[in-house]
Amino acid sequence: MSSTGMERLLRQAREIQDGELSKFCARITKLLQQQDSGAEAVDALQRLLLILSATKYRRKLEQPCMNLLQTTLCSTTAPPQLQLLCAAILREMAPVEGLALTCEQAHNSHTLSLVASVLLAQGDRQNEVGSVGRHALQLLEARPPEGPGPRLLLPVLSKVVSLSPGILPEAQVDLLHRRLVGWLRYASTQQGSAQLPGSGFSAARTRQPGLVTEVDGSVATDFFTVLSTSQRFTEDQRLNVLVFSMLRTWLLLGLPAGLTAVEADDRSELEGSTQSVLSAASATASRLLPPQQQLRAGAFEYCQRILEQSGRRALRRADSDLQKACLVEAVLLLDLLCRQEPSFLYPTLPCLKALLGRLGGDPKQARTLLPVARFLLSHGEAAAVDSEAVCRHLFTSVPAELFPCPMLAFELVQFCRDSLHILGPGLGLLKPSFPNLLKLLAWHSPALTSEFVVLLPSLVDAGTAVELLHALLDLPCLTAALDLQLRLSPMTSEWPLWDISLRPTSCLEGFRDPHFQPLFQFLLRSKAAGSTLRLAPLYRLLQPLAGCARVFQCAQAVPTLLHAFFSAVPHVADAALMSQLALALLERSGSLFPVPQYEDRVHRVLSTQLLGLCRLRPALVVELARDLLGFAGSVSGIRSQEPMFTAVVWAAGEYLTVAHDRRCTVEQVTRFFEALEALLFEVTQSRRSASPPQCQPQVITVLMTTLTKLASRSQDLIPRVSLLLSKLRTLPVGPGDEDTDAVRTRATELTNLLKMPSVAQFVFSPGPEANSSRFHRDATTALPLALRTVSQLVDRETSLLPA
Amino acid sequence: MRPPATSPCLGAMVHAFLIHTLRAPNDKDAGFCRVLYSCVFGAEKSPDDPRPNGAERDRLLRKEQILAVARQVESMCQLQQQASGRSSVDLQPPSSSDEPMSLHDAPHGAFRLAAGDPFQEPRTVVWLGMFSLGFALVLDAHENLLLAESTLRLLARLLSDHLRLLAPGTSLLLRADRIEAILTRFLPHGQLLFLNDQFVQGLEKELSTAWPL
Repeated sequence: MSSTGMERLLRQAREIQDGELSKFCARITKLLQQQDSGAEAVDALQRLLLILSATKYRRKLEQPCMNLLQTTLCSTTAPPQLQLLCAAILREMAPVEGLALTCEQAHNSHTLSLVASVLLAQGDRQNEVGSVGRHALQLLEARPPEGPGPRLLLPVLSKVVSLSPGILPEAQVDLLHRRLVGWLRYASTQQGSAQLPGSGFSAARTRQPGLVTEVDGSVATDFFTVLSTSQRFTEDQRLNVLVFSMLRTWLLLGLPAGLTAVEADDRSELEGSTQSVLSAASATASRLLPPQQQLRAGAFEYCQRILEQSGRRALRRADSDLQKACLVEAVLLLDLLCRQEPSFLYPTLPCLKALLGRLGGDPKQARTLLPVARFLLSHGEAAAVDSEAVCRHLFTSVPAELFPCPMLAFELVQFCRDSLHILGPGLGLLKPSFPNLLKLLAWHSPALTSEFVVLLPSLVDAGTAVELLHALLDLPCLTAALDLQLRLSPMTSEWPLWDISLRPTSCLEGFRDPHFQPLFQFLLRSKAAGSTLRLAPLYRLLQPLAGCARVFQCAQAVPTLLHAFFSAVPHVADAALMSQLALALLERSGSLFPVPQYEDRVHRVLSTQLLGLCRLRPALVVELARDLLGFAGSVSGIRSQEPMFTAVVWAAGEYLTVAHDRRCTVEQVTRFFEALEALLFEVTQSRRSASPPQCQPQVITVLMTTLTKLASRSQDLIPRVSLLLSKLRTLPVGPGDEDTDAVRTRATELTNLLKMPSVAQFVFSPGPEANSSRFHRDATTALPLALRTVSQLVDRETSLLPA
Repeated sequence: MRPPATSPCLGAMVHAFLIHTLRAPNDKDAGFCRVLYSCVFGAEKSPDDPRPNGAERDRLLRKEQILAVARQVESMCQLQQQASGRSSVDLQPPSSSDEPMSLHDAPHGAFRLAAGDPFQEPRTVVWLGMFSLGFALVLDAHENLLLAESTLRLLARLLSDHLRLLAPGTSLLLRADRIEAILTRFLPHGQLLFLNDQFVQGLEKELSTAWPL
């Protein structure tokens, strides 16, 4: 069906009126009451489900219809198709107030499974979860071992405990544990036999199907697991698969609450002896263990078997994928088991070390290394050396080679983010590896930006902060370089991984050009270099790639990342580092990879952050006075970097005073004043000539205000600034020219304030104590009082000025 | 460094599965992203809410959460397609008709949803794009993603085969019974299963017997 067809159907479903709907309900009621409505009933229920799911608002169904849906669901004679649809409809409407459906109405596992899917969707307002759990356990006990009962009920129990951990009654759970161990460890190793018609007669001639096989085709060497293959599977083998699949949830959440104290006592007794190590590790050796410990022992043996089986070379690709998934699960289970019972740690460590040796440098196994690394990190000192080696591998070679894989990139970043608190010495390996991690971000920015916002502050280190800042600003450049790198390296997948809509031949030539080699090598480095290279020569070379989608997406993420970076700066930066960062901001605002809209966005962030740095440490302005002056002193800066220019000028006005730094001299103030005065003059001249581009009024007003502030500190400058202001007050105003009007108003205000030099000094250079609240609370020295006085004086003055 | 708060759900369980429309990256007038099928496995416990119509609000929230996931998956898929330079939703390399369809090269990925946005708990979404449909699994935050990814591929392949999605004129709508039948066997109550290839074949045979094409 085309998308328009689907769209039309959905709209019809959404727009059906209440009257029509109740007629439809009546029809359904009649159909369900008939015994053999067959296809017609199915069709009607499909439509009803569509009508209900097409809108997010509730649709009211007639009560008879609702009742009949519930009865049909629980009926033993209704065809399975109808039952499925009834369950789906009731689930779609959930939560429903006044639902009559209860577990008691379900008489077999199949029905209970369907009823459970509806009841568990009600949000547990009436303890449905506990009720479902108890009934499932009851049915499990009542059922004979044959039949699909356990297979249908175990997933229900798994869901129940994940919604409400510890809700199941202890005694029954214990019984269940023994059965779980049975299915886990003692499933048949014979292949299932085909059901021949009349097989009772010819049983003697039924061919023995043979043992199950491993994934590499050889005959099974030990007990049955999920990695055992067969033509047909028996019921207990199917249960084996199911129990392993839910094992982690069950071990974590299936234990009734309040048992942990008892366990702890048992554990301390067991830990002491080597005998206990052996018995804990072998389910077969000790059936006298309490059921939970039996289950754990069984789980432990299963994991070891999985570790062995995952080393075999699978014949089918799907099985090879499954081996990796099983390996991950086994390691996660081992981690859980070792946390629940520390005696498992001793036999586990050698297995994992052997596993590490096997997985080693194989790039295809990178994702399976992650849980192994996490295990080694969480179980600490015993494994310290190994964890460093695997971390080094994960942070250096893996991202550099495998960055295009979206799942690996996601998992690796998650690993970094979630392991920060256990990395320990590994953190010292992580921080300098930021260039590698940034490759993942550069390639997959939409998916990973939010992760990096959380991760980035932990990567900020006093030694590498400046380099990291430059790297963030050059992130789009990195994306472009990675694209080129992929084009030039041998293809590892069927489908090209780079942007196939572009053919950047000139860029590729440049990439191979020895002249640009050092720059590309620096850009694509794996570890922090401790210094920075200016990559400006690459910008022109990579220009054709600046508009490509991936680079553009990356560029959009950079402002957010810069904010995250600077949020961490106050915690690690000392005075010297803040100066360096401020200088880097000044320098880079003029040197950015020309991606569309990138410069504008980054300029805004850089200017905000520069002001943030100055606010944190006002003495910065005095220290960097010369650089700031150099930056501010050119008109070209105003045009192309207006936010930065405005910020620098404003900062100078605010912080270039003795109050913030004793080293501030009159000469500095005067030098600034003269430079800004010249600029203001030039800017207002060009404004008069009305030739585009004109300067924003904010620039003019910030220049005026800053000049006034500087003059208030060095009073011989006041006449000069008054002259300037008087000229600006008399700018010609066209009709509707709000900009010039604003300039004139501000000029007037500033002039009036300057008429009272001591007040002007107070207003323009209040000193740091103005920020203390006492200044505002104290009635005799309060700033509001002073301002009120000033504004009254100003009003009086303006009333005397000529109109 | 404060350790992350342990989520109560740390097993191989799925919170929701959904199928939605996937529009081409550059197609601006193609309407809205529509959820064509969704199944939530068990609801989060609703907070004690003295206001009336709490049930209705819960349902509304659930529907909006699913729609939010669908929109984000669509956006991620479109961005990924654009980044690879593919403008149309041509999502498969041309393969010979004999080989089973390999979904390893279809656009896919994962992303994380923070707590409260839109689910109460932090969750991970694994997604896959096939033809003009998006498939997604909403999982707990710490999951076996290798298993989730292969399960999602399996579900997409099964749905495509058993609902004949490639044939012209067929659609997912009004076929919920078959979708449910597939889910009950391969993702019962949201339980991810470790199924080897022959096991899958066995289950598929059962499915075809019970639900002939």
